[in-house]
Amino acid sequence: MNAHMPYILCLILFCIGIYAVLSKRNIIKIILGVVIAEYAVNLFLILVAYKAGGRAAIFSTTEHIAPQSMVDPLPHALVLTSIVIGLATTAFMIALAIRLYGKYGTFDITRMRELRG
Amino acid sequence: MSKEHEHGMSLIVKTVTRLTVGLIFLYGIYIILHGHLTPGGGFAGGVIIALSFINLDLAFGGKVSAGIFSKESTGVVEALGALMFLALALIGLQYGGFFDNFLHPDGEPGGLVSAGIIPLENIAISLKVGAGLFGIFLTLIVLQKFESESKQ
Amino acid sequence: MISESIVPLFVAVPLAGAFLTALLKRVRGIPDILGVMSSFSGFVLSVFFLVRMQAERTVLVLNVGNWGGFQEVMGRIVGIQMVVDGFTIFMLLIVNFVAFLVAVYSVSYMTRYTDKWQFHTLFLLMLAGMNGVLVTGDMFNLFVFVEVASIASYALVGFGTGKRELEASFKYAVMGGVASLLILLGIIFLYSATGTLNMGDMKTVLSEWSVQPALIYLVFGLFLAGFGLKAAIVPFHAWLPDAHPSAPAPISAMLSGVLIKALGVYAIARVFITVFGFPRQVSIILLVLAAISMGVGALVALRQWDMKRLLAYSSISQVGYIMLGFGIGTPLGIMGALFHLFNHSMFKSLLFLDSGAVEYATGTRNMKEMGGLARKMPVTSGSTLAGAMSLAGIPPFAGFWSKLVIIVAAVQAHHMKLAAWAVLMSIVTIAYVLKVTRFAFLGELREKFRDIREVPALMRIPLIILALMCIFGGLLLVPQVRDVLLSPAVRVLAENGGM
Repeated sequence: MNAHMPYILCLILFCIGIYAVLSKRNIIKIILGVVIAEYAVNLFLILVAYKAGGRAAIFSTTEHIAPQSMVDPLPHALVLTSIVIGLATTAFMIALAIRLYGKYGTFDITRMRELRG
Repeated sequence: MSKEHEHGMSLIVKTVTRLTVGLIFLYGIYIILHGHLTPGGGFAGGVIIALSFINLDLAFGGKVSAGIFSKESTGVVEALGALMFLALALIGLQYGGFFDNFLHPDGEPGGLVSAGIIPLENIAISLKVGAGLFGIFLTLIVLQKFESESKQ
Repeated sequence: MISESIVPLFVAVPLAGAFLTALLKRVRGIPDILGVMSSFSGFVLSVFFLVRMQAERTVLVLNVGNWGGFQEVMGRIVGIQMVVDGFTIFMLLIVNFVAFLVAVYSVSYMTRYTDKWQFHTLFLLMLAGMNGVLVTGDMFNLFVFVEVASIASYALVGFGTGKRELEASFKYAVMGGVASLLILLGIIFLYSATGTLNMGDMKTVLSEWSVQPALIYLVFGLFLAGFGLKAAIVPFHAWLPDAHPSAPAPISAMLSGVLIKALGVYAIARVFITVFGFPRQVSIILLVLAAISMGVGALVALRQWDMKRLLAYSSISQVGYIMLGFGIGTPLGIMGALFHLFNHSMFKSLLFLDSGAVEYATGTRNMKEMGGLARKMPVTSGSTLAGAMSLAGIPPFAGFWSKLVIIVAAVQAHHMKLAAWAVLMSIVTIAYVLKVTRFAFLGELREKFRDIREVPALMRIPLIILALMCIFGGLLLVPQVRDVLLSPAVRVLAENGGM
């Protein structure tokens, strides 16, 4: 198995998300695209911390674990933050989508034509 | 059919929810209080607590949690949680810096009362996250009603 | 020691104000007072740091959470650092000054909307995010604060909840969300390559590499696209002409006056110049993008009839000027860029506030329907004239001097074509500025506007102050003033990446 495989899969996932954002006309699908791309980035962030045979970075009173054998804990903290930010963005966009549906009666972005340019 | 059955999901779901929702709530509190010792913490625990309320609403159809926790009060609790977190950070200024862990002694490593202000911060975060998440859920429900009314 | 430890107050005070507003929303007048007081204390703090910086002439570094002691043990910086240098203070002053005036203005203006407390909460969250972006010395923290400010601004753009507002807000949220992902991806690549998130550390690690790996070019691309989207440089500008007109006028002023600068321009300058040492490829790309932005923004602005939309396109063009100054990279160019950034904050927020005042009085933004407002609204039209002249670059208004500095810097750096292009585009700028003054304020007063009145005093005061800044902003170039404000900021950037 190629060691770079997970990274390539992340990239593919990211591209799927961006593709959905750029080409879909349904608002919900666009939001899903953003979410997919966001999770590709989060996945990538977690993979950066990976260490073969690494342990969780928690000190225990019963068992001694050398710090060298722990995975890098920093990306884990970062990914939590980034997930929370993603949650806020997604919730906001869904609320907007519901309001837009109330105004236009459709989720089709091409039929929302108040703004041009 | 009982009157209870008019709203929400089937009897099976309701019964299971009634049995488990308290446990979910307690589990959330456990996660928060042990946040400095085990994986989890204020954020995860807050989400679990919010989920227990959301679970009630989903199973019983909307109005149940409103009696316990209205949309107004989610806003208040959320703001309180944020202010508590910020206050803990600002009190640190007295002792040497922003977010300084000013509670000395820190306690025994591994004990429940340890790690200085970190458990307190976990509680503040859980208030903020739990109320915030439940508030988002309630807001989206309200928007949905608003939307179905405007369609009629 | 004391002054270092209060650096986090730049973030904490607006944040506390925001949540107190949410808590005390029922109490009459509290949201207004908190909104004004929080932004005012931000301004006081930045003045305090300016004075202190004058005395000490050092860079203030704060280790959040007292993790500084671990630096010796671990051999590297642990935890988040907050850094205040000349560039930071310069930006903090602009952001908090404009935010304070906008907060005063919106006390009267926002009475048109319901749920005013939500406006103040979001406004203060946005301010906290921007201040955070400016003071942080940590890459990931930068991303977090960029997101705090961005999400608050998405919501503020859609504040009116009309069709247009929601649509603009959605467009902005999707594009802004993708931009944030690109920024985050760039930060992850940098972290995996350098093993640190601290900007100072990162700079040391990067400068030790003899050969730049290909990865670094990918990071350049990601950051340029991500921060470029936040700054609305031309290929990434599509959200701005919708978002700025749709937002309430005070928010348009904030977005155009400071948000795109704190999140976009400042971040680009900070990341590319201080961290990467301003690589040549990036400066060339910046110059090209700046030239395109200047042209597209100015030419499209010419054909707009919506006053706020015209100003929004003009923002794209003016950010092009700022980018041109940074792209030239000489100390003079950077000074021109910073000076123009200052001026643009003043005149563009003034013009957006004026457009809000006109809308407040007449209920329209279409310049074809206006006319003759000068007689009915002397303060608004006078301040618009000051802002417009500064935007057009008419001497002795402030905008003239900053454009002159940028153009002189371009000539000195042998970018003759760019200098000529900048001159040409400032002539186009004069044309669309004249369109605003001619159609909105001069000419015949319409019958239906017979009874309009000047806006309330709380809206007039910020207009007057900003207009004075537009008229006398050129004084920043006077050596005594320059040594206090501009020179320290220029020194920070020129030391790191000056050519």
